[in-house]
Amino acid sequence: MNNWQLLEYAAWALSAILGLWMLFDMIATNRAYDEELLTSSREGDIDETLVIDPPHQGGHL
Amino acid sequence: MSQTTTIHGEKISLLRVLGPAHVWALGVGIVLVGEYMGWNFAVGKGGAIAALIACWAAGLLYTCVAMIDSEVTSTVAAAGGQYAQAKHIVGPLMAFNVGLYLVFAYTMLEAANAITLGYLVQTVGQMAGFADAHDKPFIVLSIIFLAWLNYRGVYATLTVNLILTATAFIAVVVLFTGVKPWSNELLNHKELLNGLPYGWIGVLASLHFGLWYYLGIEGTCQAAEEVRSPARSLPLGTMTGIMTLLIAATMTWYLCSGLMPWEYLGQATTPLFDAARLTSSAPLMVLLFIGTMFSTLASANGCINDASRAWFSMGRDRYLPAWFGAVHPKNRTPFRSIVFLVPVALIFAYFAPLDQVITFSILSGLLEYTYMSMQVIMFRRKWPLDTIKRGYVYPFHPIPAIVLLAICSTTYFAVFLGYGTQLVAMMIFFIVASLWFHFHRYKYVKRGAQFTMNWPRPLGV
Repeated sequence: MNNWQLLEYAAWALSAILGLWMLFDMIATNRAYDEELLTSSREGDIDETLVIDPPHQGGHL
Repeated sequence: MSQTTTIHGEKISLLRVLGPAHVWALGVGIVLVGEYMGWNFAVGKGGAIAALIACWAAGLLYTCVAMIDSEVTSTVAAAGGQYAQAKHIVGPLMAFNVGLYLVFAYTMLEAANAITLGYLVQTVGQMAGFADAHDKPFIVLSIIFLAWLNYRGVYATLTVNLILTATAFIAVVVLFTGVKPWSNELLNHKELLNGLPYGWIGVLASLHFGLWYYLGIEGTCQAAEEVRSPARSLPLGTMTGIMTLLIAATMTWYLCSGLMPWEYLGQATTPLFDAARLTSSAPLMVLLFIGTMFSTLASANGCINDASRAWFSMGRDRYLPAWFGAVHPKNRTPFRSIVFLVPVALIFAYFAPLDQVITFSILSGLLEYTYMSMQVIMFRRKWPLDTIKRGYVYPFHPIPAIVLLAICSTTYFAVFLGYGTQLVAMMIFFIVASLWFHFHRYKYVKRGAQFTMNWPRPLGV
């Protein structure tokens, strides 16, 4: 086995470690927190000051 | 800056920690790799002069994109970028399609970057005497490492992108200075520029790869929910980004076309690195190799950031399963979307040929720009300037929108000349996806909850 092959194995190993780390952390997070909390994010707020015509807000609703 | 992990009451949101420099790094970082490789295939299609015309025509297209994007995104401050804009301005079906364009464009570009990075490392191995060096371990490592970085937090991710992108840009400037553009000592434009070898049809064909100089700058607005001041940072980051790219693209064309004959330049894999080799300067060669590697990493990194935000936003609105709309409570990133897109990118990077991956990325981007030209006209009609305050107002409306539509139409023809089958296949895919969304998926969407902008009622509705 030459040095380059060692480097390739190191790349595979690091990929596996990081991939598994993400996977385990995702599973642990899913278990530790309520689903409603994890998906509680709502689309970005915009400053009230950017709306010139506040009485007619929310044209879509 | 350290990231806080505060959960606001019972809600978790993405973290607002980014500034204009991060927005610049996101946009330019995704694109700058196009200066290091890819743009030069335009030279192969129509000669060096045709590539310069394509460079500036595409530059005009993207200046229109950046201006339009800056105005709209300074009001629609939401992750998902153009997806969120389409949802509020046009409607859900258009938004679903735009979301898919975004995810496709960025994931394919990420795969293309990983393939290139693997190729570069393999080449280094072979040059070092290891004839059986492989690219696959490094393709996989680059995708997973960058996904891990994105998973851990947006501030670190885009700070890394800022360092990578700034270094890669400085490398182009140093090389430009190194070839002494004020003299003919190294550059030989008089001998090397040979007009238009394929005539004007060559110019048209070169437009396809002319997009490569700037493809992805519109990705800046994916950071809308994570910048501290979206109305200021997004236009500033986007406009300085397109200016940086126009300068970098012109410098790249000038020095490469003055050093290499168009027959070689048109099929070179790493034209800027080749240009550095022709100067016979070891420091320049090392710098440009670093620049090539950094630009590839920065692009893949930014693509993971943007694709995951678009996927996350669609999940949050239930255009896709709501499961994807989750935010990590500690890292404050869309962690499920990031992890889900890793195998998608790996499959394309591992099995698909590079030119096909690039073409699908370009086509997705092109569809997105076409929609943007129509969207901004609707935006100005429904919400004139005196109804919503914009962080930036683009000038000469509607001329940039019309110019954008005209250049997009011409570029479709250019793509059709070389990749007609892929163009048709992609259109069929989007029609089938639209039917699926309309007849199946839309019933799960909370109709009112998806529209969140605090805007007045649109005119004419």
